[in-house]
This record gives sequence, C-alpha cells and structure tokens, in this order.
Amino acid sequence: MSEGLVQTVLIALLGGALRVSTPFMFVALGECLTEKSGRVNLGLEGTLVLGAMTAYAISFHSGSPWLGVLAAGCAGAALGAIHGFVCKLPRVNDIAFGIAMMLLGTGLAFFFGKAYIQPSAPRLDAISLGGWSSDPRIASALQVHPLLLVGILVALAMWWAFANTRWGLLVRMSGDSAQSARAMGVSVDLVRFLATAAGGFLAGIGGAFLSLYYPGSWNQGLSSGQGLMAVALVIFARWNPLRCVAAALLFGATGAIGPALQSVGITQGYYFFNAAPYILTLVIMIGSAGSQKAGRDVPGELSITK
Amino acid sequence: MQEAARAIVPAPIAKEGASEVWLRLRRDSEFIAIPLLALSGAAFLFSLFLFAIGKNPIEFFELVYRGGFGTAFSIQNTLQRSAPLILTALAVAIPARIGMVMIGGEGALVIGGFASAAIAIPMIDRFPPMLALIIMAVVGSLAGAVWVGIAGFLRHARGVNETISSLLLTYIGVAIMNFFVEGSLRDLTNPNKPSTKPLGDVYMVGKIPGTDVHWGLFAGIVIAIGLHVLMTRTTFGFAARMTGGNPRAARAQGLPVGKLIIACTAIAGACAGLAGFYEVAAIQGRANASLAAGYGFTGILVAFLARHNPIAIIFVAILFGGIVASGGLIQRRMGLPDATVLVLQGMIFLTLLTSETLYGRFAFFQGGAGGERT
Repeated sequence: MSEGLVQTVLIALLGGALRVSTPFMFVALGECLTEKSGRVNLGLEGTLVLGAMTAYAISFHSGSPWLGVLAAGCAGAALGAIHGFVCKLPRVNDIAFGIAMMLLGTGLAFFFGKAYIQPSAPRLDAISLGGWSSDPRIASALQVHPLLLVGILVALAMWWAFANTRWGLLVRMSGDSAQSARAMGVSVDLVRFLATAAGGFLAGIGGAFLSLYYPGSWNQGLSSGQGLMAVALVIFARWNPLRCVAAALLFGATGAIGPALQSVGITQGYYFFNAAPYILTLVIMIGSAGSQKAGRDVPGELSITK
Repeated sequence: MQEAARAIVPAPIAKEGASEVWLRLRRDSEFIAIPLLALSGAAFLFSLFLFAIGKNPIEFFELVYRGGFGTAFSIQNTLQRSAPLILTALAVAIPARIGMVMIGGEGALVIGGFASAAIAIPMIDRFPPMLALIIMAVVGSLAGAVWVGIAGFLRHARGVNETISSLLLTYIGVAIMNFFVEGSLRDLTNPNKPSTKPLGDVYMVGKIPGTDVHWGLFAGIVIAIGLHVLMTRTTFGFAARMTGGNPRAARAQGLPVGKLIIACTAIAGACAGLAGFYEVAAIQGRANASLAAGYGFTGILVAFLARHNPIAIIFVAILFGGIVASGGLIQRRMGLPDATVLVLQGMIFLTLLTSETLYGRFAFFQGGAGGERT
C-alpha cells in the first residue's frame, strides 16, 4: 500500500470514527447513568431502534428534524420509564426485563416503521470543522454533526454532576449502596426510575442520529447491535462518562474499518470487518471483566458484573 | 416456622396423604396460573394496542387460531415451526437452571446450520445420504455447542457477563456465515440470494410418516424429555441445579462449578445447533441469511414462559409455533406488517416478567404452609 492510500484510509477512519461514534456515545452515556444508579437496562438496543424510527417519522411529518430528535428522546424515555417502573417490583430480574424491552422496542419500531422505509425525511445538517485544511479528504472527514458536540457536552456535564452535585451524589449512592441511601431517606426506586428514563432519553437521541444523519435513512437493518455494544462499552469505560466518549470514538473507528478499506478498493473480508466491532467488544469485555480497576469502580448494587 | 414444626412432629401418613397431595397440587398450580394470567394480560394489552390503531382484536385472535390450529394443514405448519422453537428454548432453559441468562440461541442456530451445510458440500454424491446426514447433525450440534460454550467458558474463567457475550456471539456468528456465504462458499449458479450449494433432495431429512412435519419435531421432543430426566433425575442435574440455586454453597461442597457451567452451556448450544441443522437439512436445503429468522429470540420467550421446564417447553413451543405460523395469514387478511408478531411477543414477555412479582402473593397457592416461595 502506498503512502497516499494509507493516508486516505486513516482520514476515512477519522471521519468514520466521528460519524459512527455518536450513537455509541449517547447509548453509552444513557447506560452509564442508569448503571450508576444501580440498575442495568439491556433494552437500549430496542430503544435505539425505536428512537431512530420515531425521529424519522416525526421529521417526515413535521419537516423539522430537531423535533424528530426530541420525539426520539421522548420515545426512549417512555421505554426507559417502563423498565424503571417494573424493575422496582420484587423478584423482577432487570437483565431479563431488558431482553424483553429489546424485543418490544424493535417490534414496535418495525411495526410502525414499515410505512417510512420508502419516503425521504428532512435530515440534520452537519457543521464543517475542516475549513482550515486545503485537503478535501480532511474537510469531508471533519464534517461533524452538532449532536456529536451535544454528546460531548452531556458527557462533561454528567462527569461534573456526578462529582459535584446533590443529584449526582444521590445517583451514586443509590448505585453503591441502596441500604445506606434508604437510611438517608432517599427513595432509591425513584432515583433509579428517573435514571433509567433519562438514560432511555439519551439512547433515543442516539437512534435519531442513526436515521437522520448517518447512515441517514430508516430501514430494519439500521442498528445491528450498536445499542448492545454500547452497554458492554460502559463496563470498559468503568462507569466514567468521559471515558465513555473515548470508548465510543474507538468503537466508531473500528466500525469504520470496513467502509474505509472499501473506499480504497479493498473489498476482501468486508463481512469480516463488519464483525470487527463485535469481536472488539468481546475482547474488551474479556479484558476488563477481571480487571481490578473495574472491580474498584463498579457500582456496588449492579447485577451485571456479579 | 410451621414447616419446621411439621418436620419435627411426623404426622400420621395415611391420614394426611390425601390432603398433602391436594396441598401440593394447590401449590404447583401457581406455576400454571400465574403464567396464564400473564398471557391473558398480554392478550388484553395487545387488544388495546390493536384497538388504538383501528383494528379488530377479535379478528386477530380468530386468525391466529385459524392460521395456527384451525386446519390439518395449519397444525402441521405449526408443528413444523415449533421444532426449532423447542430446541432453541432448551438452549435458554438448561443454562437458566444453573443460573445463567443465556440468549445466544440464534447465533448457535445460525452457526450450527451453516456448519452442517458447509460440511455437506464435499460429501454430496460421495457419501450415502444417511451417513452424510448423521455427520451433518453431529457437526452442526458441535458447532453450536462450541459457540454457546465460549460464552459459558468466558463466564466461568473471566466473569464476563454471559447475556451480553452470548448476544455478541450471535452477531459474530451471522457475520461469519455471511462472510463465507458471500465469499468462498457461495453457490455461483444461484444469482438471487447468496447461499451455499444446495443439498439436493436425496440429502434432505424426510418427513415423519403420514405427516408433512419433518423429523426435527420428533428429535426436539425426545431431547426435551431426555434433558428433563437429566436435570431432575441424575447427579449431574442435581449438581447443576444446586449451583444455580447457590453458587457459593455449591463451590463449598466441592462441586466442579466451572465444568458444570461449561457442560450446561455446551448442551444448550448443541440443541440450538441441531435446530440449525434441521432448518438447513429439512426446510431450506442450503445455508443463507434466512437462517437468522428469529427462532432463537422466540425461543427465549418460550423458555421463560415454560419456566425453564423442558416438558412444559414442548407445549409452549407448539403454542408459539402457531403464533409464528399464523403471521402470514394475519399479514394478508388484516393488512398488518409482519412485525405484529414481534410486538405481541414483546408484550407477552413484558407481562410475563412483570408477573414474577406475583409469586407467593396469593394465600390460596401457599396452602397454609406459610413462608415465601420464589
């Protein structure tokens, strides 16, 4: 491979990472918030798909993609609220319930989304950050979407809030020791309910990005496991919102390997590279599951790492 | 307290016998009554859903009955579809007994089906059909066993959450199949859909005599009964269930927890892999993307509804086979998208898991014995 090709691939990887990472980032931040409160919502894959469908449908009917983003968040919050409400009942397993939410969210999205596979809805526009460069490849790679910046801001806000605010403390306390939170008079169920609903809201917005920007259309194969990978990614990010952003960028780059190589004419093993993000997730889970650092940072009430 | 008291003071057996049986019946009926209640709750929710979008719920349930169980043809269609469901549900139920939420059945089905189709390619026209089919079934099961076994091994060796890893393995399995089916193993004579080379009629699994249902149903029922015996009547099953109930106690007793976990997940994967073999060798005749038809995911629901009891799985799988089989009729007659069945399944799953909270809440099922049952 000549130097020019390598450059093209690397720039395509960067552009891909910036584009592909946003849904990962939102789902991971949502799951991070939920898990910090001591509950696991495995259903975010379904939330992502339902969010994508809702955003596309609302954008199509209203003509305003940002209204679509908001609607996607609300749909996600509704699914999260169901999860948050039911899982407070005794003997209801949050992991199994997440699987059910995954099936229901996907089912609802496919059910209502059938009518929107054909029509074209107004999309979101990107902001160009690559104007300084004369290289058109860099300029196109740095076409970033405002939601990416919103995601980074949300991550910063969450990171600051966990450490410095009363709300952040309540969430962390519910997640680390429900007993002591209850002893302090905190309604653990309420905190977890709100954290799961808010997490669903974020995951829904991640879905809106999928259908309204990149890949930028609605179909049934839109999300294939991004929601689930993002859940696994939170363990790797050790429940830190800033590390969630970094991990999401890494995943975005992995997801972009296949298309980036394809752009320079290497199509061999395209399906193998499609599997790369899943394999990376699995490897990361193997690596981080037994690590002492993860063991130190894990919220004490979490059922997923036990 | 009362239970302890009863253990200390032995009651006159002859006198208590009849009422003991009655009490046990009363208690066990809880495990049927609450799932039935959950099913009715889901039917009610789904009726509201249909009502809200302007469809007639009564027509829907009538069509499910007609499409799934109404005629001899539809019953055979239902049984045909329940065969993979029995096997994929067993793939969830056996790990569940040892305390794992394993949902990799879809991936093991795809990998098993693909492996049996791939191993068949060099055997066609060289091996006698019976031998080829046996080899295919064994290879398919082994591939599935390895696939889910990986998740079990990772759980034991590294503490990797098996729910997430098994679902990730499903995506990887589908990608591996696509890699080969679109690449080196693609049948170039078939331009429409990337598939492996067709097996040909001679190398297909036959039907059960007198029916239109393939032998996979028979295999599923036999395996379900066999696994029920294994889990309830053998040392292995007892050790596995004990590990599921309390892993620390099991470890303290010196049970080989790791081996038990890997064995249970391998059995589970072998079941799903065998389902893949039957999909290839009895239905599709080749391996392609149609293998990932969602049987693995419906199987999760079947297993939970059957409370991970292999015998109950047979009946629940037939019920869901009917629901899946009636999908086409519902699509044509009511103009509903094919995802309708998915929505219904999601609602059933939701109400079912919510109903878990009802166990032990009704005095009737406690039979006056007191204490909480979980």
